[in-house]
Amino acid sequence: MDLVFVIIVEMLYAVASLVLISAGLAIVFGMMKIINLAHGEFMMLGGYVTITAVSLGANVFIAMLIIAPVIVGLIGLVVERLVIRHLYGRLVDTMLATWGLSLFFIGLATTIFGNTTTGISTPISGFTVGDYQVNGYNFFIILIAIVLLGLMYAVLKGTRLGLIARGAMQLPDMAAALGYSPERIYMATFFCGSALSGLAGAILAPLVGLVPTSGGAYIAKAFITVIAGGPSLITGLMASSGLFGLINQIFTFAVSPVMGEVALLVAAVVLLRLLPQGVTGKFFRGRM
Amino acid sequence: MSINRRHFLASAAAATGIAMLPRAVMAADTIKLGSVLDVSGIFDAYGKPMDVAMRLAVSQINAAGGLLGKQVEVVGYDTQSDMALYSQYAQQLVREDKVDVVHGGILSASREAIRQTLHKNKTLYFYNVLYEGGVCDRNIFINGVTPAQQAEALVPYAMGKSGKKVYIVAADYNYGQITARWLQKFIADNGGETVGVDFFPLDVSDFGSTIAKIQTAGPDLVIAPLVGGAHLSFFRQWAAAGMKDRIALASTTLGVGNEHKVLTAEEGNGIMVAYNYSQELDTPENVAFKEAWVAAGGDAGGMHELSVSNYHGVLTWAEGVRLAGSLERDAVVEALETGVSITGPGGKVTVDPKTHHAILDVHLMDVENQGMRVVETLPQRQPIDTQAVCDLSANPDDNTQYEIQI
Repeated sequence: MDLVFVIIVEMLYAVASLVLISAGLAIVFGMMKIINLAHGEFMMLGGYVTITAVSLGANVFIAMLIIAPVIVGLIGLVVERLVIRHLYGRLVDTMLATWGLSLFFIGLATTIFGNTTTGISTPISGFTVGDYQVNGYNFFIILIAIVLLGLMYAVLKGTRLGLIARGAMQLPDMAAALGYSPERIYMATFFCGSALSGLAGAILAPLVGLVPTSGGAYIAKAFITVIAGGPSLITGLMASSGLFGLINQIFTFAVSPVMGEVALLVAAVVLLRLLPQGVTGKFFRGRM
Repeated sequence: MSINRRHFLASAAAATGIAMLPRAVMAADTIKLGSVLDVSGIFDAYGKPMDVAMRLAVSQINAAGGLLGKQVEVVGYDTQSDMALYSQYAQQLVREDKVDVVHGGILSASREAIRQTLHKNKTLYFYNVLYEGGVCDRNIFINGVTPAQQAEALVPYAMGKSGKKVYIVAADYNYGQITARWLQKFIADNGGETVGVDFFPLDVSDFGSTIAKIQTAGPDLVIAPLVGGAHLSFFRQWAAAGMKDRIALASTTLGVGNEHKVLTAEEGNGIMVAYNYSQELDTPENVAFKEAWVAAGGDAGGMHELSVSNYHGVLTWAEGVRLAGSLERDAVVEALETGVSITGPGGKVTVDPKTHHAILDVHLMDVENQGMRVVETLPQRQPIDTQAVCDLSANPDDNTQYEIQI
C-alpha cells in the first residue's frame, strides 16, 4: 500500500515536472508559433538566478517564485525587442536566431559563473510514508504545476487580457482593427513565456547539479510534450505530460531509468505517427 | 589604420615567423611533458585541480634544476569534457608536438580513447586516476587505486557498519560497469547479497524513482560508483528524501573530485569512502604539498584524490627519467620497472613491475563536515586484481584491458 502511494507520488512528480518544463514553451511555441530553441537556456538562467539570489541572502522560495521568473522574463523582453519581433511569421528564421541565442546564453553563463557544477540544497525535508521515505520537494513541484495550470486557465479563459491575447494570436489584423496593438500583445506574451521558463528552471534547480549547458537536457522533452499536446494549450499540455510522465515512470519502475527515457521517446514517435496534429488535434477539440 | 595587401602580407609573414620561433629554438633543450585533461566542462571539478597539481610538480622539478640538466616544458590541452577531443589531442601531442611523455585522461573512456594511439607511437603514457583495474600494457603506468585496493577494503568496512544486503547504483560506462562487477564479487566474498544494480548515463540527474526502487528492495547499504556533476544530484536527492538516516551509503567516487565539499555537511555526513588521499592526512609531505599548492595559486582546500595521483604520477615519471639517465621510452620503462618509489602527499607510492600499477596506502574514511575523517589506514596495498591477470615481465607485448568474470 505504501509502495503504491510512493509510486503514485513519483508518477505525479514526473507529470508535474513535464508540465513545468513545457509551460513556457507551450506559450511561446503553442500560441505565438515561435520555435524558441533557447527555451532550455531560459530555464538554465532561471536556475542560476535562483542560486545567485540565494547566495546573496534571499529567501529560497522568494528567489524561486518571484526573482527568477521576473529576471528571466525581463531577459526575454529584451530578446523579444532586439531579435524576435523582427522575425514574427518567419518560422525557420526564428529557429536559427534562437539557436544562436542559446549558444550566446551558454557562453554568457560560462563567462559569468564558470563551467563548473553548482547547486543549492532542497528547502523541504523528506518525510516518511509507512516503510518509505519520500522527497518532500516532489509535493512542492506537483503543487506548483497544479497552481500554474490553474492560473494559466484562469488568465486565458477568465480575463479580458487573456481573451485579447488569444484573439491577437488567431487574427492579429482583426485585433488591430479593434484597437489593440498586436505588437504589444506579442511582447507581453513572450515575457510571460520566458518568465515561466525561468520559473521552471528555478524550481528544478535544487534537484540537479547546474552547469551552463544544463538547458540541453530539457529542450527535447519540452518540444516533444508541446508538439504531442497539439493545438489546445492547456488541455494539450496536461494530456501529453500525463501520458509521457506515466509511461516514463512505469518503465522506470518496471525495468530501469534508461528504459524509462527510451519508452518516453518511443511513445512520442508512435503518438505523432498516429496523431500528427497532437492529442488535442483529434480529441478534446476546441478546449482551452 | 588602413590595411593594404602588401602591408597585410608583410605583417602576416612576420607574425608567422614569430609564432614558429620559440618551438624551433626550444625543441632541443627542453623536455616536453604532454597533458590532456578536462579543464572545462562537466568534469572540470576533476580536471582543473589535476592541471594545477601537474604544473606544480613540473615547476618543483624545474626549480630543483630540471631533469638531465634540462627544463621540463608543459604542453597541455583542455579536452573540455568531450571524449572526441581526446583522440584528436593525443594525435596532436604525438605527431605535432612530439612530446616525451603524456600524463592525463580522467574518465576510463578517455583513457581508452588515447591509450592505443600512444601505444602505437611508442609515447610513454601515465594515467593517474583511480579506475576499474585490469589494464595490461607495457607503455602505460597507472598509479590510481584499483577495485582490489579500494572496494576490497571499503565493502567489508561498510557492510560491517550496516548489514549484508547491498544495492549498487553505478555510472553507465566502462568504469561503472566493471566496478559494479567487482563490488558484487567482494559483497559475495564477505557473505553479503547484492539485491539490485542500476546503471545511469552520465547526464541523468533525476533519481527520484530510483530512490523509491531502492527502498522497495530494502537494502542495508547502498554503494554508489557514480561519476560527474549530474550524478551528484543522487546524493542531494538521497538526503532530501530523508534516506540518510535509514540506509547506509558508501561510494567509490564521491570525494575524488571534492564532491563532498559541494554537498552541504548534512547531505554528506556519514558517507563511507576509501581512497589513497585525504586533505586531513597529517603527514609532513601533505602539509608541505598543501602549502606549495596555495603558493602555486591553487584554491586552498581544492586538492583532491585525482590531483594528488596526478602529482604522484609526474614525480614517479621524473624519478624514472633520472634513474634511466635518458628520455628514451624503453630506458625509462626499464628504470621504472626496477620498482621505483616516491613519497608524496598520499604516502609512499611504488611502481609494481609486473603490472605497471601502484602499491600504495589506502585509507578508510567517513565524510564528516565536508572533510574526510580517516578511520583506518591500510598500508602498502598491492593491486592484486590486476596482478592476477597481468604479468608484463612474462608477456611484455600484452595490450589488453582484462575484466573480471562473475
